[in-house]
Amino acid sequence: MKEFSYERPESLDDALRLLAASGSEVEVLAGGTDLVIAMRDGQSQPKVVVDLKRITEFYPSLMWAGDTVTLSATATMAETVDDEGINKHFPALAEAAVVVGSVQIRNRATLLGNICNGSPAADTAPPLLAYDAIIVVAGPDGTRRVEIDEFIVGPGRTALQDGEIAVALELRLPSRPLGSAYERMTRRKGTDLASVTLCATVDDAGITRVAFGSVGPRAWLRTDESGVLADPDASDEAKAAVFEEIFADATPSVRSLRASPDYRRAMLRVLGARAVRRALRRLQELQGVS
Amino acid sequence: MSEVIHIEANINGRDRAFEVAANHTLLDVLRDQLGLTGTKECCVVGECGACTVVVDGMPMNSCLMLAVEIDGRDVISVEGLATDGRLSTLQQAFLDVSAPQCGFCIPGQLMSAHAFLQRNLDPSIEDVHEALGGNLCRCAGYLQITEAVMLAAKAGRE
Repeated sequence: MKEFSYERPESLDDALRLLAASGSEVEVLAGGTDLVIAMRDGQSQPKVVVDLKRITEFYPSLMWAGDTVTLSATATMAETVDDEGINKHFPALAEAAVVVGSVQIRNRATLLGNICNGSPAADTAPPLLAYDAIIVVAGPDGTRRVEIDEFIVGPGRTALQDGEIAVALELRLPSRPLGSAYERMTRRKGTDLASVTLCATVDDAGITRVAFGSVGPRAWLRTDESGVLADPDASDEAKAAVFEEIFADATPSVRSLRASPDYRRAMLRVLGARAVRRALRRLQELQGVS
Repeated sequence: MSEVIHIEANINGRDRAFEVAANHTLLDVLRDQLGLTGTKECCVVGECGACTVVVDGMPMNSCLMLAVEIDGRDVISVEGLATDGRLSTLQQAFLDVSAPQCGFCIPGQLMSAHAFLQRNLDPSIEDVHEALGGNLCRCAGYLQITEAVMLAAKAGRE
């Protein structure tokens, strides 16, 4: 690993000052499960590493206030998975966070880091898109709040500018009953990158949202307002036509070793149907229908 | 020159103060600086678990952490499991069922299992599989490794 100087600020202001002073030759460290690998490989050669884990404003890492849960930049996958409220209200996020890497990785990797890393295969991107997460970004000119759909840009790229830090992620309770589920496809269970990631939500008005990743430069969110996907009595053919449209932008890489484009496209439909079915079941449970 | 940083940490029950280079991982420092070579280097990308140590009660990949990040924390490596020259119940269970074959992955397996049993002494087989899912065994001795963890859990309950 190339040499760098290590900084461990205790306040957000100090961290932002360090970033401002270091220009683009700085990396921000939270869990480090992607960054340390990139630095060892030489893909990343920062002059300065700013460790966020002593910043007092980031604790507690996970906090509920009213109808909103805020996860700071230090909230790990394990903390996300262990939170009762997340499991109850955002089950697809818990399902996605619990399959990231391994126990060791989840004890270290952060939820926000998963998004900031910008991997098209990020497990938590589809549920966070489907739940309309807000990313809170702090910078030299103050704080801005960015919808996650705007925040995610492309492979390794986000809306973060030089000098900015993604400080928190906010999720608001759904305004109406919402069933949701997460599905992924990997070559093996356990430590593996996903070949397809997909989250479906269905609300009581019959609107289905499908967010999916690992089949293009970024995860996408699409909505079916026709009610067809949410209709248990709709024919498979009718649903297939809707899925066709939803997945129109899927452009799986031909270079990936994990799965061929054809296989990924085929599996998108399978996972889509599966996730919608489970989301519907959860919606019915919420509504007390057996 | 990379920065040298003074840190204090409890390593295997002993408070220690020492200097680490900013660009050295915890794995580098454990093995090359502290001489704790029980912790193994293998994939160095967080996939195999051979470098697993327990930090503040949680298993983590020491290849993915900077050594400076353990400042103020408790670290247990495989050398910290035995007390007064006696193997822990878990280590003994690994021996009793012949879980180690080539042995390379075993320190990591032990550390994941150790942290897991601190939280759950009545696990199902699936629980053990999940807890040790981040530790690969090239000899594929998973059956015996799982058996050893179940045996240690049973001994812990009694």
